Amino acid sequence: MSLKPAITDLAQLKEHPAVACLLAGIPQAIEAVKFEHDEMSLHIERSAIREACALLRDYAACPFNFLSDVTCVDWYPSEPRFEVIYHLLAIGKKERVRLKVRLGDNAPSLDSVTPIWPAANFFEREVYDLFGIRFLGHPYLRRIQMPDNWEGHPLRKDYPVEGYR
Amino acid sequence: MILNMGPQHPSTHGVLRVMLEIDGETVVRIMPDIGYLHTGIEKTCEAKFYQQVVPLTDRIDYLCPLTNNLCYCLAVEKLLGLDIPPKAQWLRVLLNELTRINSHLVWLGTHALDIGAMTVFLYCFREREDILRLFEAVSGQRMMTSYFRIGGLALEPPLDFLNRVRDFARRFPARVDEYENLLTANPIWMMRTKGVARITAEDAIALGTSGPTLRASGVDFDLRRDLPYSSYEKFRFEVPVAQEGDVFARYLCRVRELRESSKIIDQALAGMPEGAIKAEAPKVVLPDREKMKTQMEALIYHFKIITEGFSVPAGEVYQAVESPRGEMGYYVVSDGTAKPYRVHMRAACLANLQTLPIMCEGRLIADVVAAIGSIDIVLGEIDR
Repeated sequence: MSLKPAITDLAQLKEHPAVACLLAGIPQAIEAVKFEHDEMSLHIERSAIREACALLRDYAACPFNFLSDVTCVDWYPSEPRFEVIYHLLAIGKKERVRLKVRLGDNAPSLDSVTPIWPAANFFEREVYDLFGIRFLGHPYLRRIQMPDNWEGHPLRKDYPVEGYR
Repeated sequence: MILNMGPQHPSTHGVLRVMLEIDGETVVRIMPDIGYLHTGIEKTCEAKFYQQVVPLTDRIDYLCPLTNNLCYCLAVEKLLGLDIPPKAQWLRVLLNELTRINSHLVWLGTHALDIGAMTVFLYCFREREDILRLFEAVSGQRMMTSYFRIGGLALEPPLDFLNRVRDFARRFPARVDEYENLLTANPIWMMRTKGVARITAEDAIALGTSGPTLRASGVDFDLRRDLPYSSYEKFRFEVPVAQEGDVFARYLCRVRELRESSKIIDQALAGMPEGAIKAEAPKVVLPDREKMKTQMEALIYHFKIITEGFSVPAGEVYQAVESPRGEMGYYVVSDGTAKPYRVHMRAACLANLQTLPIMCEGRLIADVVAAIGSIDIVLGEIDR
């Protein structure tokens, strides 16, 4: 297994079901696309994430019906600082896709996908707890891992590994 | 009335706290409260070299450490573009199926104990002990094995190891019959489990459920067969599916999986390839002890890997494996240095736990115990 170079050209990747679906639905929301390590990543515009997820879930040719995971990466100190990451799986078609939304440092927030997948409930609460990203429209956005009175968001890169002493 | 169950409750399998709003004996609302076992493993990973993360992955799920080892190693190997020798892949499969049996046995024993069948617990732990002895023989540890390495395995297994596994695999199917004799047609067991904590396929998919909990609702999906990894595509096995989606269906799925895992072990033993157990990658894989003591170059590589780690090309991968509880996923992001920029574990139990309200609302408190047992939660994995 040798490493293949990443493909970032949208025209070459338009055959992939997730790309095809979004190109047909909301082409303006695709900010960038990358195919590396046999995995497809799509950067989605912040305001369009819920619509993109709904389109992908209901895409007749290859429904990405299963939300595997929601997580986040902090690229501190570069801007935009946060990347919220969604891993979707099409159970029948055995396809995966990764959606990413870039968010700035200033009060990061984006639409919750809980109306589309109730599974996002705990995942988004965890991202809120550990990164401090607010999910708008989430039914119960409270800390999930850390105690309710905890200060700070531990998985941010400017939070020390040993914690504040 | 609001009733608090846990975090220190025998049937919550660790430190799960559940808040119940009840009307008499009936559950009106149920709210799981987690985080009592949060240890910040994801944060810790960011401060370690890639190879130092392997022992941390054991601690996520104490019932299937090898599955977590495998998933993490596969993710990093994908980033590095490493080829793993066939023998290492087959031993990984063999040990993963032993792990699955181990985990399912603990589940079966404790789940039956929760519902009131004491005997099964003792039977299950008898076989589990055998498996733990096998783990000890191969890795030196009974539970926190850390046996897989990025690029292969830590050590050659001991000489009689495969014979010992063969001996176990020969005895095991008859033991599954023993468990089934105690439970499957037992009227008390059926009354406690049939039609209890039901979930439909649509709800299960929407809630991100995976593993036996999903398959018991009639969704035929198993990562080992559908998105194979580590040579699983070379093994022939059935994926047990049930349609009812209740506690009994989940029990049946897991018990059948015990038999399928035993079959996979038989195939792995019969076709075990010869050859190396580590990849040809001197900058990543530690050299043999013998070489390290006799060859200058090997000594240098050894020193460099231990002191500086090895750099991994920048990029990101998501690798998922079928753990005994469902889709265990590792999302590893590299920035090109020797320490992972981000390691995220997708815990199957975290998603599975979200099914609890659908399963339990409108039912009796006693059914909550059966439901929690039937989704097979490990709090170490949920809280990380």
